[in-house]
Amino acid sequence: MRGTDYVLKRVGFAIVTVFVAVTINFVLFRLAPGSAVSNLSRVPHATQQLRHALEVQFGLDKSKWQQYLIYLKQLAHGNLGVSYENEQPVSTNLRIALINTLPMVTLGTVFSIIFGIFTGVIAAWRRGTKTEGATVSTALAFYSMPTQWLGLMLIILFAGILPTGGMTNEFLLNPPFWTHVKDLASHIFLPALTLGLVLYGEYTLIVRSAMLETLGEDYVLTARAKGLKPRTIVRTHALRNAMLPITTLIALSLGYIVAGAILVEIVFSWPGIGRAVYEAVLERDYPMLQGAFLVLTISVVFFNLVADLLYFKLDPRISE
Amino acid sequence: MSEASFFVESPEVGTSRTRALLRTLRHRRSAVIGTTILVAVILTAVLAPWIAPYDIHTQVGAPFEPPSWNHPLGLDDGGIDMVSLLMWGMRISLVVGFAATFVSMVIGGSIGLVSGYFGGKTDTILMRITDYFLVIPDVPLMIVVAAIWGPSLFHIIIVIGILLWTGTARVIRAQVLSVRERVYVKRARALGAGHFRIVMRHVLPQVAPLLIANTVLTIAVAVFDETALSFLGLSDPSRISLGKLIENAFERAAISAGAWWAIVPPGVLVALIILACSLVGGALEDALNPRLRVAHLSARTFRLRPLVGRSKEAL
Repeated sequence: MRGTDYVLKRVGFAIVTVFVAVTINFVLFRLAPGSAVSNLSRVPHATQQLRHALEVQFGLDKSKWQQYLIYLKQLAHGNLGVSYENEQPVSTNLRIALINTLPMVTLGTVFSIIFGIFTGVIAAWRRGTKTEGATVSTALAFYSMPTQWLGLMLIILFAGILPTGGMTNEFLLNPPFWTHVKDLASHIFLPALTLGLVLYGEYTLIVRSAMLETLGEDYVLTARAKGLKPRTIVRTHALRNAMLPITTLIALSLGYIVAGAILVEIVFSWPGIGRAVYEAVLERDYPMLQGAFLVLTISVVFFNLVADLLYFKLDPRISE
Repeated sequence: MSEASFFVESPEVGTSRTRALLRTLRHRRSAVIGTTILVAVILTAVLAPWIAPYDIHTQVGAPFEPPSWNHPLGLDDGGIDMVSLLMWGMRISLVVGFAATFVSMVIGGSIGLVSGYFGGKTDTILMRITDYFLVIPDVPLMIVVAAIWGPSLFHIIIVIGILLWTGTARVIRAQVLSVRERVYVKRARALGAGHFRIVMRHVLPQVAPLLIANTVLTIAVAVFDETALSFLGLSDPSRISLGKLIENAFERAAISAGAWWAIVPPGVLVALIILACSLVGGALEDALNPRLRVAHLSARTFRLRPLVGRSKEAL
């Protein structure tokens, strides 16, 4: 019973957050200097009638409230407007970009979660040793580096060995399947590694402190007193409990993954959603920027919701 | 002492407590290293106009001239001395870091204070708003606002400042909630003290150290965000910051020119600033948390870079 309550509450919160983001999106772009009309009517001899006709055409003669309602309605139908840049629907552009971004970000994130948990656990278990010192220093170093700079450093290191820009080799025309896969893999390696390393530093530190906290609990002491193997203690006693805060913190870091992806995609010319944001900023392509912000926000809110529900599954106490 | 500089703002805090804090800090290697780096960076930035060896607007050699005795870190794409550029760059980066943090501390601190002190409906509404802003990804929102508003140093400061306050608001609120119930606050109220006086004289001094720890951690995030916005070309093109130096080197093909000296040092400096702030802020927090004095509990919850102050709430 209470469980359903919790789930409903979290889903409700997610929906309201998306709604808040949509509203921010609407308000911010209404504050942008000029309007679609002021730009279009900058032709020589533009009359007041032309201005007015344009305003009616774009619905700018209506009240702000009506405009907002129209915006919501169009959004509900999946209409995000038309890009100023390539005159394609924003939703189409974003879909293509998102499909390109996903594999790269997923690869980097999975890498960082696996290695972050691994080294974080080791650092906590070998507390006070040189192993811990080395692990924590490495993690802190990666944690402090600006993402885009780390990417540039990797480019300097791997220049000539691995491709440093784009997603595929454009000179390969209709390559056989395996050549294509190999080509993609070689291109995805550096951007995914950059994102992975930055997140790795963060996750190692998180996992280490969460583990240290659980390793200090009484039940771990009991487990030790029982003579259980260290492996069993870490796996079934400490890590299981440490997973609760780790899940939440990883979910909260999603916003950062998004930011990191933007920077990484710029450095490596990866044609994903981050690069779309960059180009929209450069070209002042407001509809694209608006759409990209919305897509990024919705994905972060969505994964936060997933983490909340996961947390609920991991920790039965939450329903009480 | 250098560590003491973090506390001069809060003389009301009992001296014995401050002294205990300082002692804890001095015995922590990470805090000492962090403070040393921070002091060195701040000094260089402040003294840049006097100690920078060359003018940063005049060409002193060929573009991307490699390091030499006269120019230890070589020249950039415009033939300008890198050492001087880095000194001035640190200045702008720190100005953005400190000013944006100040803005977010004022917003976050007051929301946390008001929310925790008054409680009830005010608390519910303010914390709801905070929750929404917590989930919406900061950097994309910053990009949108900065893109609409146009590039300028002032805009960058405000944009970063108004989006970094959420974590602080939550941490401060939690602390105020407990301070509010203490006996001396109740006594002051019984003696007829107004809300303003109670908050300023009795509550604020109690949460000040926590606010300072949060400030140091937020500076790291603000400096990082500045490099990100600069990298997207959203900062003032005429103000050279460390982020701008990285962007310039990237845009103007320092890598294909083999000019590592134009691109490695600015990133190292940013990393050092972020590292130093994380170390000092973390040590301050540890020192403030009595629970962490117990040896086996002395784990510190590391903070996520874009989510300063959220981790404790999340746990």
